[in-house]
Amino acid sequence: MSGVPLTHILYLSTALFFIGMYGLFTRRNMITMLMSIELMLNSVNINFVAFNKYLYPEKLDGIFFTLFIITIAAAEAAVAIAIIINLYRSHNSIDVEDAAEMKF
Amino acid sequence: MLTDFFILLKQELVVTAIIFLLLFVKLGKDRTNESILNLVNGLLLINFVSGFFGNQEGILFSEMFKTNPLIVLEKNILSLAMLIISMQSYSWLKTHKHVIEFYLLLLSTLLGMFFMISSGNLLMFYLGLELSTIPLAAAANFDLLKRQSSEAAMKMIISSAFSSALLLFGISLVYGATGTLVFTEISTHLSNSPLHIFGFILLLSGFAFKISAVPFHLWTADVYEGAPVAVTSYLSVVSKAAVLFVFVSVLYTVFKPLADVWYNMLFVLSLITIIVGNLFALRQNNFKRFLAFSSIAQVGFILIGISGSSQAGTASVVYFILIYVFSNLAAFGVVSLVSAVTGKENIDDYKAFYKTNPFLSWVITIALFSLAGVPPTAGFFGKFFLLMAGSSKGNYLLIVIAALNMVVSFYYYLRVVKAIFMDSNEQPIAKLSIPTLPKLAMYICVTGIIVTGLLSVVYDYIFSLSAGL
Repeated sequence: MSGVPLTHILYLSTALFFIGMYGLFTRRNMITMLMSIELMLNSVNINFVAFNKYLYPEKLDGIFFTLFIITIAAAEAAVAIAIIINLYRSHNSIDVEDAAEMKF
Repeated sequence: MLTDFFILLKQELVVTAIIFLLLFVKLGKDRTNESILNLVNGLLLINFVSGFFGNQEGILFSEMFKTNPLIVLEKNILSLAMLIISMQSYSWLKTHKHVIEFYLLLLSTLLGMFFMISSGNLLMFYLGLELSTIPLAAAANFDLLKRQSSEAAMKMIISSAFSSALLLFGISLVYGATGTLVFTEISTHLSNSPLHIFGFILLLSGFAFKISAVPFHLWTADVYEGAPVAVTSYLSVVSKAAVLFVFVSVLYTVFKPLADVWYNMLFVLSLITIIVGNLFALRQNNFKRFLAFSSIAQVGFILIGISGSSQAGTASVVYFILIYVFSNLAAFGVVSLVSAVTGKENIDDYKAFYKTNPFLSWVITIALFSLAGVPPTAGFFGKFFLLMAGSSKGNYLLIVIAALNMVVSFYYYLRVVKAIFMDSNEQPIAKLSIPTLPKLAMYICVTGIIVTGLLSVVYDYIFSLSAGL
């Protein structure tokens, strides 16, 4: 297998993971926070596919795991968006700073 | 082969059957809430009782699913807790519009926990974990019109999604390092190399989020306060217990080669969990928030038990969780009844509670004594065995600090007892009439608190089951 070495792909996925984490911690809009979490999950997908293809091509464990992650991420986003819509009805905002009645 | 499938998956199949039955009840003609609640409680009783018969040991789906007597016992504990919670939430659900949906959500999470406990493969474990958290976030939003409820659900879904992303990154690194997802094969490939340890740390922080150990506990109190009481008690007992069961077995089987590494991590985690949980519990006034921080402190004690050797560690953790189910649910039973009838949730509202409601006062007092660990109740024996298991490695500093923290915890538990029995109040909570089912649930809890501590058979039985691990 010539071309891109595995380490380059791992750099990409790790960078993507921490960009997602940074986005989650700094963004105040709930939808954007959800998008950041999707970034983190996608970096995991890249990891799995790369490991599977480069290191263990004889079994398809990693690829199957990726399929399940994509499915569950969709389910998670569906529930999260339903919750956010309900929160918007009572708070009239999807900024996390406005949903801070309970502290400490 | 097919009979194997039905016998080994029996507990999961019963839960699935109940879920489908409830879906059909939902589709059918309108029923009164009372009849639905009686039906559901009957079904949950069947689910709990059927867990005791015809169990076998075995492996299915090329080691994806495994079961043994200890796992069956753990599932039975969860079924019992589910039954008690359902009986306690009777007075809240009696007037609620969406009774069946509530049970659909909770039973789906119960199914997820069953698969998670039985998992022998990281994929199965992940699927079970997600099935047990996503519906729970929806359940936290069950008071659709309350602002706090939706805030709690939002906090819960975002933090649980973040924690599962951490967990997944850890799993992907472990997969990259070992090339397999099967628990038994992973442990043969692990070593002390940095990649393995980094993967393990990410996995551990995912777990710590779910059991709300301290650096990852910030979502707990908010979610517990905002969610409806029934969901709060489910979160604090059932979902925490399920994750702890898996955590124990994963640490002792999969990550056995890294035992030296995780012993130190658990040492730090358990200490700060106990200390921070206790300090924050001191200043709470909302009862649910108070119980949230007390449950964080309890998790710290459980982590001490886990840090011990495998058999004593597993046995003491399962035994403690059995006691914790009874004592925490007894406390939540009273809180949920009072909150459903009067809407009051503050500790100050409970002043002079004894004058109007002596029975409920005694229930909550026994529960708090057990949580604190006062000798005649089971909580004392539970904590005693946890500390015994933790001391087996000879690290007495940990045990001394934990024991000192038990003294601190006496202060805030007994403060509530003092408010109930001794303080005066102009407008105490009026005398409440207790429906049959919640009353029965309280009797079960109180009997459990007293009996599991005094009968040494219980601990011996659990200890003999955990030998094989």
